[in-house]
Amino acid sequence: MRMNQISVFIENKEGNLLTVSKILKDNNIDIRTLSLADTSEYGMLRMIVSDEELAKKVLKEAGFPVSITPVIAVRTNNKVGFMHDLLAKIPAEIANIEYMYTLPSDEGSVLILKVANPDKVEAALGQ
Amino acid sequence: MIWNESKECMSRDEMNHLQSTRLVKQVKNIYHSVESYRKKMQAIGLEPGDIRGIEDLEKLPFTTKDDLRDNYPCGLFAVPRSEIVRIHASSGTTGKATVVGYTRRDIENWEECVARILTMANIGSSDTVQVSYGYGLFTGGLGAHYGAEFLGATVVPLSTGNTKKQLTMMRDLGVTAICCTPSYLMYLAEAIEEQGILNDLVLKSAICGAEPWTENMRREIERRLHIEAHDIYGLSEVMGPGVAGDCQYHTGLHINEDHFLAEIVSAETLKPIPDGETGELVFTTLTKEALPLIRYRTKDLTSITHEKCECGRTTARLSRFKGRSDDMLIIRGVNVFPSQVEAALLDVSEVSPNYLMIVDRVDNLDTLEVQVEVDERFFSDEIKELENLTKKITHVLQQALLIVPKVKLVEPRTLQRSEGKAVRVIDKRKLI
Repeated sequence: MRMNQISVFIENKEGNLLTVSKILKDNNIDIRTLSLADTSEYGMLRMIVSDEELAKKVLKEAGFPVSITPVIAVRTNNKVGFMHDLLAKIPAEIANIEYMYTLPSDEGSVLILKVANPDKVEAALGQ
Repeated sequence: MIWNESKECMSRDEMNHLQSTRLVKQVKNIYHSVESYRKKMQAIGLEPGDIRGIEDLEKLPFTTKDDLRDNYPCGLFAVPRSEIVRIHASSGTTGKATVVGYTRRDIENWEECVARILTMANIGSSDTVQVSYGYGLFTGGLGAHYGAEFLGATVVPLSTGNTKKQLTMMRDLGVTAICCTPSYLMYLAEAIEEQGILNDLVLKSAICGAEPWTENMRREIERRLHIEAHDIYGLSEVMGPGVAGDCQYHTGLHINEDHFLAEIVSAETLKPIPDGETGELVFTTLTKEALPLIRYRTKDLTSITHEKCECGRTTARLSRFKGRSDDMLIIRGVNVFPSQVEAALLDVSEVSPNYLMIVDRVDNLDTLEVQVEVDERFFSDEIKELENLTKKITHVLQQALLIVPKVKLVEPRTLQRSEGKAVRVIDKRKLI
């Protein structure tokens, strides 16, 4: 399944993350999952939210660089070896995973994958 | 010791006479061989014959770095290329370098000027001089090198960098004098203390220049290294290091006045101001053949005195430099203009041309951080892409500035817009 992820560039400055969380709260946007990648200078906050277009609009207005990125979502079966079996399905020449994290849900976790070739990868996974 | 008593200890009358004769000759020469300056004179109805001595200097139009840029690279040269034996260059204001040239005679005069200043620092033919200024287009390395060699000293041309090798050579070769920037010498002093080799050294003097420093910094260098430190001044447009330097009394920098006619003018009105008052330093090169300049505005702020010095020299002296009348920064001895950063960033489509330069001094070495706004249109959520962008900007700026900046990507709203007076530079350096 394809999902839209919203990414926000956040400088490593005091109170910056708080500003982002407040904007989302004030606009009644639900954060379903997130991953925060950090470097020494800045962070990249990647989120799956209830309304990514609204989130993009309000964060942009506040001056944050924002982008919406399509990611692949794969439901897991909570069995040992699931991830390996999944990844092994992707042919080596298109297996370029930029990053991944998980989204919890009532029916088990969902793997979120950012890949260079989402169409090909989805086809390979039989999604 | 005085290297050239006949020139450095002339009476004021004799110096005025010598300068007047040389000025009249130089103005005639430039009028006939440099088209752009001739046009400047014609525009105000001035002819070479109107200049009869230094009292007429004020009638002549100024020359600025913009003139050098507009005539890039060699349009202001007054001799055919066959007579040029050397080229140097410094940074221009907008990416184009300022190119300067020298004839054989120019190089000889330069050697003479540097030799005089090394002599002021008590350096002679039995000394071993380590030159730790950069060699290359920058005038510091080769300028000091030729002067020290002319003096008959043993020259160790180490150029910049590789501190470990610098110290090994200094100790093993019995170096007695070093030429480098004052901040680099502070850095070396720390390394010497760390290695505990001060007692193995026979260093006695340092000739520091290419960046502004204070009396306190001089005393600090002297205290830590048990040496005497001297100031040397110069700029590539006028010649390079050796235009002026200070003697053992450290009461100002003696100008090599037989070669360089100095004026101090008000930075606002450009009218000459009296001795002792601070203004912009202006030079007329009296003997330069390749690139003679009339009333060149250095943009350096200082004052002048014509009183005779205790050392016996009668040449006019400049007080310590008090800053700049433009926005030029000197970072690790390299001239940097904010406009260069702006011009370079225009070549990087992924960022907006809004920037902020933060200059600091960490462990006695200058640092430059350039903050650049991420342009939303090119914003990538992949850190790899942002890191590549940082590398690209660093490379572009390094090409333009000749120093390696630390590039920091910031959010778009962070930096001030260019309307009005945006702050583009924060200089945190405190000269101790």
